[in-house]
Amino acid sequence: MKLQAELRNHQREIYLFRLRLLLCVGLVLAMMLVLLGRFFYLQVVRQSDFRTMAESNRIKPMPIAPNRGQILDRNGVVLARNYSGYTLEIDPSKVSNLDGTIEDLSKLVTITPKDLRIFKKLKAESHDYASLPIRSRLNDEEAARFAAQQYRFPGVEIKARLFREYPFRETASHLIGYIGRINEQDKQDLDEEDLEANYRGTDYIGKGGIEEHYEQELHGTTGFEQVEVDAGGHGIRTLSRTSPVSGNNLVLTLDAKLQEIAEQAFGKYRGALVAIDPSNGEVLAFVSKPGYDPNLFIDGIDTETWDELSNSPDVPLNNRILRGQYPAGSTIKPFMALAGLHFGTRTPEQTIHDPGYYMLAGSSHHYRDWKTGGHGSVDMFKAIQMSCDTYFYGLATEMGIDKMHTFLSQFGFGDKSGIDIDGELPGLLPSEEWKEARFHQKWFAGDTVSAGIGQGYVLVTPMQLAFAVSIIANDGVAYRPHLLRQLQPSGKPPQPVPPVQPAFDMHLDPDDLDLVKRAMVAVTKPGGTAAWAGSGAPYDIAGKTGTAQVIAIKQNERYIESQVDERNRDHAWFIAFAPADKPRIALAVLVENGGHGGTTAAPIARKVFDYYLLNKVPQPLQAPAGKSGGEHD
Amino acid sequence: MIRRLWKRFITPFDPMLMLGLGLLAGASLIVLYSAGDGSFALVGKQFLNILVALVALWLVSSMPLHYLLRSAVPIYLLGMALLVCVALFGEVSHGARRWLNLGVATIQPSELMKIAVPLMMAWYFEKHEATLTLKNYFVATLLLAMPIILIARQPDLGTAILIAASGFYVLFLAGLSWRVMAVTLVAGLAAAKPLWSMLHDYQKHRILMLLDPAQDALGKGYHTIQGMIAVGSGGFLGKGYMNGSQTHLDFLPERTTDFIFAVFSEEFGFIGALILLALYLFVIARGFLITAEASTYFTRLLAGSITLTFFTYAFVNMGMVTGILPVVGVPLPLISYGGTSMLTLALGFGMLMSIQTHKQLVKT
Repeated sequence: MKLQAELRNHQREIYLFRLRLLLCVGLVLAMMLVLLGRFFYLQVVRQSDFRTMAESNRIKPMPIAPNRGQILDRNGVVLARNYSGYTLEIDPSKVSNLDGTIEDLSKLVTITPKDLRIFKKLKAESHDYASLPIRSRLNDEEAARFAAQQYRFPGVEIKARLFREYPFRETASHLIGYIGRINEQDKQDLDEEDLEANYRGTDYIGKGGIEEHYEQELHGTTGFEQVEVDAGGHGIRTLSRTSPVSGNNLVLTLDAKLQEIAEQAFGKYRGALVAIDPSNGEVLAFVSKPGYDPNLFIDGIDTETWDELSNSPDVPLNNRILRGQYPAGSTIKPFMALAGLHFGTRTPEQTIHDPGYYMLAGSSHHYRDWKTGGHGSVDMFKAIQMSCDTYFYGLATEMGIDKMHTFLSQFGFGDKSGIDIDGELPGLLPSEEWKEARFHQKWFAGDTVSAGIGQGYVLVTPMQLAFAVSIIANDGVAYRPHLLRQLQPSGKPPQPVPPVQPAFDMHLDPDDLDLVKRAMVAVTKPGGTAAWAGSGAPYDIAGKTGTAQVIAIKQNERYIESQVDERNRDHAWFIAFAPADKPRIALAVLVENGGHGGTTAAPIARKVFDYYLLNKVPQPLQAPAGKSGGEHD
Repeated sequence: MIRRLWKRFITPFDPMLMLGLGLLAGASLIVLYSAGDGSFALVGKQFLNILVALVALWLVSSMPLHYLLRSAVPIYLLGMALLVCVALFGEVSHGARRWLNLGVATIQPSELMKIAVPLMMAWYFEKHEATLTLKNYFVATLLLAMPIILIARQPDLGTAILIAASGFYVLFLAGLSWRVMAVTLVAGLAAAKPLWSMLHDYQKHRILMLLDPAQDALGKGYHTIQGMIAVGSGGFLGKGYMNGSQTHLDFLPERTTDFIFAVFSEEFGFIGALILLALYLFVIARGFLITAEASTYFTRLLAGSITLTFFTYAFVNMGMVTGILPVVGVPLPLISYGGTSMLTLALGFGMLMSIQTHKQLVKT
């Protein structure tokens, strides 16, 4: 009986299934009929309409590229703009004898070997044989001369185009970036983002810096014309037109004049400087030296210039602010001091005796202080002011690397600052787990000692140090560093700048902050490591010098600057904010192979402060004779 | 000897299906020759694609049914794992994250899911056949929803919708009650408005663009209009092989892939389209027959879903080219140029044939 019930159940199940399947068959047939009906409608009922349309299919939509938005500094100074000009373009698929044509053309307009190189490179890169520029920026006379002879050159045309121009050339080049011709990779990316329709008619796309990061804001919306074309594809008349919408203008937080002064202050030195308004995170100056002229990239850079830039030992294409990772050196000390006070590892009054070196218990290794013979009796204030290494060796050892990692990472060390430019590197704030994962090695006590003065595994970018010191300047309330102040849709009146919200608050103890800030002010006063750079300033500068070692010095040797190859000399750091009591500007300066922070990096900061706070344009300063050798750090 | 080898080779194949598939693949080569402006380059590559697909077809159709059943869970889990990998470390090209770089090749795991999802759901229903309750349908829906959400987030909305359709067919054939379907439909309609208001402006814009292609004269809207002109101007008898002006004067976009049906209809006309439709119907009818005769719950559900999904692909593509459906990137099955879609189809038809040729063994 039971078996029978199950069987009947099975039968019923199959019956139900087949019923549903039959429904599907019905649906499929119905939809096939819909298709058939559609085919009948298109191919039989409206056949003649469509046949006429196909025969007179001469209407092609022609894109009209929008104007790219301009880039302005905070005061409206133009950093990137457009101007219109003529280009001479060749469609290689319509030209039988390319070399002959180019030679004939060169009798009418100047075609330099560089123009030719760029053209050859473009031709090699382009697959679809579109029209390619052989000469850009023709003057009126050249344009007229060619126009008169155009009939001799099928496949060659003059086109009116908008060109991008960066009037400041090398200044702020790493920040602005540049635009370059859309290559195969860019095309793929646009395709995947479903943006290819909006880039019909656009030849250029932002590469690097603001131009890349805000590409979508700057680009605008492409318009189009319905154009009737003849058999050869040439437009006869326009039937309708949808206008393009220009891209937004970008107002940056940058102060172009300050940027120029900061770049000039570097002189021949390589390095980086970031200045931030600590009260809102606005980046005021963004220097990476040496820079490059972004105008070179617009028409497609030729191979020789490219090689020169990319093989230079000065690496001008490297954005040192975001991608240069250096040992922090002594600039880490104010942060270490705050950590020591926070965890109670040190009280402000506690003093140590510095004999000129530090030894771990049970080891004979000497961790040297920069000052032979030591600083004697040192408390926290003095340790920052004179940059006493021995004090911080001991502090780091007693605190331990894990607490150090926890506290310092709050300042953004070991992590990207999140600034609105792509390609930032995170630096490195080591921890026990990190070393285990990276090297499969245990953390040694000696690793902590070196980390305590920002050496060993510790790596920071100039961006990170500027962000971190801006947090101290703003009493622990952090604002994310950013470069875009405002978007300005073109043709609309300027809007007020929207207020910025703080990213986080570290809730630092006011007494701890007060001590560290006072000690940092003392750094730029007589007796401090940057006394000379602070002398005569009508406002207080809170700062800290630092030195990042490039080569390791053996246990029983001393580092003597004059005996070391220039490129192996130490990097000089200076971090600071001013005025110390009510900070309006915070910055980090790195001078590559600059030696001591107090002598090369701090004076650059002073010039920046003097301009920003006092509107003072610097006179060429000179280092006082005989002072430079003795100071360290 | 040779006779015996030959016999061994053709045993797993279903002759009727092979006839239909072979005619369609042959049509593909013929149209591609014209779409490629009389070059054999693409035809040769597509021929290779067909050979590879044939090998896959033979391998899958030779597999006994319990292999298929047993492979369902591992394939599904592998596909899910790959999708999660894509979400975590997939190749990001700005917005889209669909590919997984394995060093040797980049793969798109969503393709695998086209097979894995119906296989898994059919397996699940087979397992719980005796005691099906509403809860089982709910679990099966979850099995369907998880990969779909991952694929839709990539974002690849087109593939997500087609996989959703293949899964829905399994649910429907497994007897999902009409009442539940009605309630879900009503709830979906009610949720549409609040969901719409949650979308970003650019997302709304994209959806509106799908509904009104004329708005998008530089992009897909232009494609649709040119496709309709090609099909319509073909007329009753067509303009003749290699004579389509839309095709050869470069007005048709993507004419070797998504818009290949427009090339076919322009040159072979209404009669040609009718024959093509009949060929598809023949393959689909054979699929339904195999489904109706399938011996187990698992094979019935699987065969039904594969057949209906095949139909869906063909319908969506032809509907899109003739302007009754929005333009989504769906190739015309077996005709469009492309190795991946050919391979995925071969796996599906391999399963259908296996279900047909191995059913006697299971019946007893």
